[in-house]
Amino acid sequence: MLRPALFLGGVALLVFSMAVSVRIGISDIGYADLGRVLGSRLGLAVEPLPPLVDSLIWDLRIPRVLLAAFVGATLASCGAVLQAVTGNALADPYLLGVSSGASSGAVSVVVLGIGAGSLGVTGGAFAGALVSFGLLMFLLRRSGLDSVRILLTGVAVGQLFMALTSLIVMASGDAETTRAVAHWLLGSMASARWDGVAICATVTAAGLFVLWSCSTALDGFAFGQDTAASLGINVRTMQNVLLVATALLTAVAVAFVGAIGFVGLIVPHCVRFLVGPLHRSLLPFSALGGAVFLVVTDAVARVAFAPQEVPAGVFTALIGAPVFAVILRKRGGL
Amino acid sequence: MRIDVAQVGWTVRNKTIIEGVDFTVTSGETVGLIGPNGSGKSSLLRCAAGLLKPTHGAVRYDGHDIRVFGPRGIAQHIAFVGQTSHTAGELRVADVVALGRTPFRDRWRGLNSTDRLIIDAALAHMGLTGLATRTWRTLSGGEQQRTHVARALAQQPWGILLDEPLNHLDIRYQLELMEMLAATDQTVLVAVHDLALAARFCDRLILLNQGKVTAEGIPHDVLTAENLRNVFGTETEITRDSGGRLTISHRGVAPGPESSSTPG
Repeated sequence: MLRPALFLGGVALLVFSMAVSVRIGISDIGYADLGRVLGSRLGLAVEPLPPLVDSLIWDLRIPRVLLAAFVGATLASCGAVLQAVTGNALADPYLLGVSSGASSGAVSVVVLGIGAGSLGVTGGAFAGALVSFGLLMFLLRRSGLDSVRILLTGVAVGQLFMALTSLIVMASGDAETTRAVAHWLLGSMASARWDGVAICATVTAAGLFVLWSCSTALDGFAFGQDTAASLGINVRTMQNVLLVATALLTAVAVAFVGAIGFVGLIVPHCVRFLVGPLHRSLLPFSALGGAVFLVVTDAVARVAFAPQEVPAGVFTALIGAPVFAVILRKRGGL
Repeated sequence: MRIDVAQVGWTVRNKTIIEGVDFTVTSGETVGLIGPNGSGKSSLLRCAAGLLKPTHGAVRYDGHDIRVFGPRGIAQHIAFVGQTSHTAGELRVADVVALGRTPFRDRWRGLNSTDRLIIDAALAHMGLTGLATRTWRTLSGGEQQRTHVARALAQQPWGILLDEPLNHLDIRYQLELMEMLAATDQTVLVAVHDLALAARFCDRLILLNQGKVTAEGIPHDVLTAENLRNVFGTETEITRDSGGRLTISHRGVAPGPESSSTPG
């Protein structure tokens, strides 16, 4: 089979794009410098860099690149899973309204100052995401998880929290906070630090493992819930597990970097063209593809208009849309 | 495997869809389910396949209430081919047939060599070997239907339940599929629209009307002019051809208020 070779190639591409991404920025860093930073951290006998450069690389650049990789992997995998669960090609990780809930939570902290001391923006966003997902599951509790109902309820919950966010910003925000909120809403990796990376890494690893363990069942959803049930899949339980897992993963990602669009929608489709629709391959390759895509996009966002930094969420669509259009043309439609 | 449907009823939002349905399909038998649209054929099949939980009565496989099996246990006994199953994906024919192995795979295991042999045999059985690598959306309606039947065969079930599997099929494949279902050792319960095909290939027929069994027995006894007038509201002439098979010619709509199918 070609797959292991292709996967290793993808991993190599990811490592390479991460190394390049660490290097470039407002001040350029050589591979040798990167090697010296990593070497000195690993206790190797290399000459350490000056503290300021070392700190720039170790405390800012590396966490940022790692966070981009984890978030990209999370969003793409969650997108692939939700597209399977709802049988809808337009599903993305924000379908469940989690991102809108997160933004309400974030503005509550930033603008209203609720829990500003203890929660912080990240904590507020995560709390908001959980509240919105809780509301979604509450609204869905009796109806059975019919695909169309999940979609429509998700849209309704999302719109509700979107309106709430706007209300809070309009009612009490000054120009400065509005700008800060807008920046967060578009999504940016700029605030990445090691403690956030550690949390994101743990959640991503555990969550993607859970999703991947459901691969066989996800394939079974291809022909709808009746066929899935007739193949021995416990549809309701499986849907609950998958919805909770994707919601938690998305909530953590959004809490750290904001609602970066497009990755979760487009990457799974591109990967399907490459490795086919079976989830045993689709999920790991989506994770890899999402990671590479977001690492590259974030690097572009940093340097394209330097010293002015553009939110990565702007560039995901700017880069992703043309790439996707080309792939669609080549394959003759979905 | 014997399938007992015991006093099964299904009511949703105070609307009774099927009521007091009671019959047995003995091991290896091929039984046809006939009746007008909305007579409860699909709901009954879904109850028998464990996809709907009946509000009354029970379904038993070989005497065991299927509620003790759980979804996976049921899928290891019975395959179900629903009426309209489409996918937007790029699944290939072989992938779809491979889904039939789902009830026998654990979470981490891919397809093993036994699975592949079974899948190849199911493809060959339905004449799909040449189409194995074609993607779903490039298939004709008939090819998609045959793929679903092959997927059911890959489950190696003791019984197969099919909901109008002849839709979209060319007449040749209609005959082939019904011949295969009649010949197989597996217990078959199949909803059929075409009364002549049902008469020709089924050991017994069950005639449903408004959620209840109106008649049951060998085709000759069920397909009478009187039953068809009462249930379908048509005037029908039933004769035997030179081979002794029933031929059914509909001469027109029966006069009077009996035309009595309910929507839904």
